[in-house]
Amino acid sequence: MDASLAVSKDDAQTGGQWPPVVEGSGEATRKRVSSWQDAGFAWLVRLVAVFVLVAMSGIVIALVYDAWPVLNAFGLDFLISSEWNPPMDRYGALVLIYGTLVTSAIALFIAVPVSFGIAIFLTELSPAWLRRPLGTAIELLAAIPSIVYGMWGLLVFAPVFATHVQPLLASTLGKIPFLGVLFSGPPLGIGLLTAGIVLAIMIIPFIASVMRDVFEITPPMIRESAYGLGCTTWEVVWRIVLPYSKTGVVGGVMLGLGRALGETMAVTFVIGNTSFLTSPSLFMPGNSATSAIANEFAEAAPGLHTSALIGLALMLFLITLVVLMISRFMLSRMKKH
Amino acid sequence: MTLIQRRKLTNLMALGLSLLAMGFGLFWLGWILLTVLQQGLAGLSINLFTQMTPPPGAADGGLLNALVGSVLMVSLATMVGTPIGILAGIYLAEYGQKSWLGSATRYVNDLLLSAPSIVIGLFVWTLVVSRMQTYSGWAGIAALSLIVVPVVVRTTENMLLLVPDSLREAAFALGAPKYKVTTSVVLRAARSGVITGILLAVARIGGETAPLLFTSLSSQFWSMDLGQPIASLPVMISQFAMSPFPEWQQIAWAGVLITTLGVLMLNILARTYFRQKN
Repeated sequence: MDASLAVSKDDAQTGGQWPPVVEGSGEATRKRVSSWQDAGFAWLVRLVAVFVLVAMSGIVIALVYDAWPVLNAFGLDFLISSEWNPPMDRYGALVLIYGTLVTSAIALFIAVPVSFGIAIFLTELSPAWLRRPLGTAIELLAAIPSIVYGMWGLLVFAPVFATHVQPLLASTLGKIPFLGVLFSGPPLGIGLLTAGIVLAIMIIPFIASVMRDVFEITPPMIRESAYGLGCTTWEVVWRIVLPYSKTGVVGGVMLGLGRALGETMAVTFVIGNTSFLTSPSLFMPGNSATSAIANEFAEAAPGLHTSALIGLALMLFLITLVVLMISRFMLSRMKKH
Repeated sequence: MTLIQRRKLTNLMALGLSLLAMGFGLFWLGWILLTVLQQGLAGLSINLFTQMTPPPGAADGGLLNALVGSVLMVSLATMVGTPIGILAGIYLAEYGQKSWLGSATRYVNDLLLSAPSIVIGLFVWTLVVSRMQTYSGWAGIAALSLIVVPVVVRTTENMLLLVPDSLREAAFALGAPKYKVTTSVVLRAARSGVITGILLAVARIGGETAPLLFTSLSSQFWSMDLGQPIASLPVMISQFAMSPFPEWQQIAWAGVLITTLGVLMLNILARTYFRQKN
C-alpha cells in the first residue's frame, strides 16, 4: 500500500499523467526524486547539528565579548580582589567565588557519603520489589524545581535550622579548637551553611543515581565470588564493587559538583546575599556568583556593572565546563570496561 | 572480640548507616512535599485562576497572568526546541555517528545538559535583550528552548540507537531510501522513548526560573504580547516568596503547589508511559 502511494505521489510530480507517456520514466523519476529528498534530509539534519554546535559554542564567545570591558579594566584583580562595590564601580569577585566554592564543598561533604549509602541500599540491601519505587522517589528529588527548594529553604527550613540546629552545632562542633570558628556567631538561619545543606539535598539524587548505575555494572561473577569466599556485604561493596566502579563514582560526584556550582534560585534565597565577608564562620551570610547575578543583574547599570556580572557568568561557566568534562571523561572510561 | 565478630559488627554498622542514608534522602522529600501540600492547599482558591497578580500594596489577587504566561512560553519553547532536538538527535544516531561533527556536537550537547541555566539566560540577554533594548516573551522562549534542545537531543539519540539494525536493514531491503527508513521506521519504533524525552524536557523548563529572570522579566498585567515583558509562574513565585506580605507568600505557596504537582506529574507520566510501551 505504501509503495502504490509512493508511485502516485511521484506521478503528481511528473504532471499527473497516468499511464506515463514513456515506459519506465516513472521509475526513473521516482529514483531521482527520492534521492533528491534523501540528500535534502541528510543536509537538513546535518545543518541542525551544526546549529546546535554553533549555538552552544556561541555562549562562550558572547560572554567573553560582553565581559571584555571588566576583564580589561581589572585584569587579574577581578578574580583576586574581594571588593565588590557597584556604587564605586569596583569589581573583585573573590567573596563571590569563595561563596560558590564553600557552599559547593559543604554540599559535597554531605551529599557524597549519603549518596554512597543510598546506592548501597538500592543495590545490595533493598528487597527487589522496593528497589524501583525507592529509586524513583530519590530521583523525584531531582525533579522538584529549584525555586521550590528556595522558598522552602527560606520560609520553612531556615527558621527550624536557626532555632534547633545552629545552637546545637555551636555548642558541640563550635567548641573544637580551630575548627570551632566555622560554627560560631549568631544563629541567623540563612547563610553559607544553610545554602550548602539545601544544595546537598538537591544534588543527592544526581550522585546517588550515577553511583547506583555504576555499582550495577560490576559483573555479578566477581561479586558472587567474593560472597563465596565469605565476605560480608560491606566488604564486597568496599573492596570489590567500589574499586571496580571508582572512575564512575568520581564521574557522578563531579556531575553533582557541576550542578551545585551553577545552582541559582535555591542558593539566592538562603545564602543571605551580602558581599562583605567579615568572619570565617559558616553561619554568616555570604554571596555566590550565581546569586549575585540573580540579584543584581536586572538593576545593573549598563557598562562595568553589567559587564562584571557577565564576567562572573563566564567564569562560572568555564569552571562548570571543566568539572563536567572531568565527569564525562570518567564516566566514558567506566563504560569502556 | 574475634575477627569474625568484628567483621560482622562493621558490616552491621555500615548497612545500618546505609539504611540511615536512605531515610535521610526520603526525609527531605517527605518534608518538602508535605510543606508544599500543606501551605499550597491553604492558599488554593478560585481567585488564583481568575484574577491577575496583585499590584504593590494590594493584598488579594491571583496568578492568572503568570499561569497563562508560563503555559504560553513553555509550549512555544517546546515547539521550537523539540524539532531541532529531534533532527540533531537523528543526525547523531543515524548520519554522523562517527564523524567529527557528530562527536563534537554530542560532546558540546552533553556539557550543556548540565550547564547552569542562569548562564543560558545571560547568553540570551546578550543576544536578544540587549540588542532589542527590551525584555520580551520571545527572549524567554529562546532561553527555554535552548534548555529543551540538549535534553531532546540526548534522549532521541539514545532511543534511536536502541532500535535494532535488523529493522533498518529490512526497510533498506524493501528499497526504501534512507530518509524514509529513518523517519518512518526507526523514529517510529523509538517513538515512546522520544516522547518520554520531550515530556522530561517540558517538566524541566516548567520550573525553570533563572533563565527567565533577565529575558522575559515579569509583568503585573494581563499580557499575551510576546514582544513585551511577560509574567511567568516561577518568576512570580520568587518575587512573592521574598516579599514581606503574608498574603503574597500565600499566593506564592499556591503557585509552588501548582508548579511542583505539574512537574512531578509530568515526570511520573513520562516514566510510566515509557515503561508501558516497552
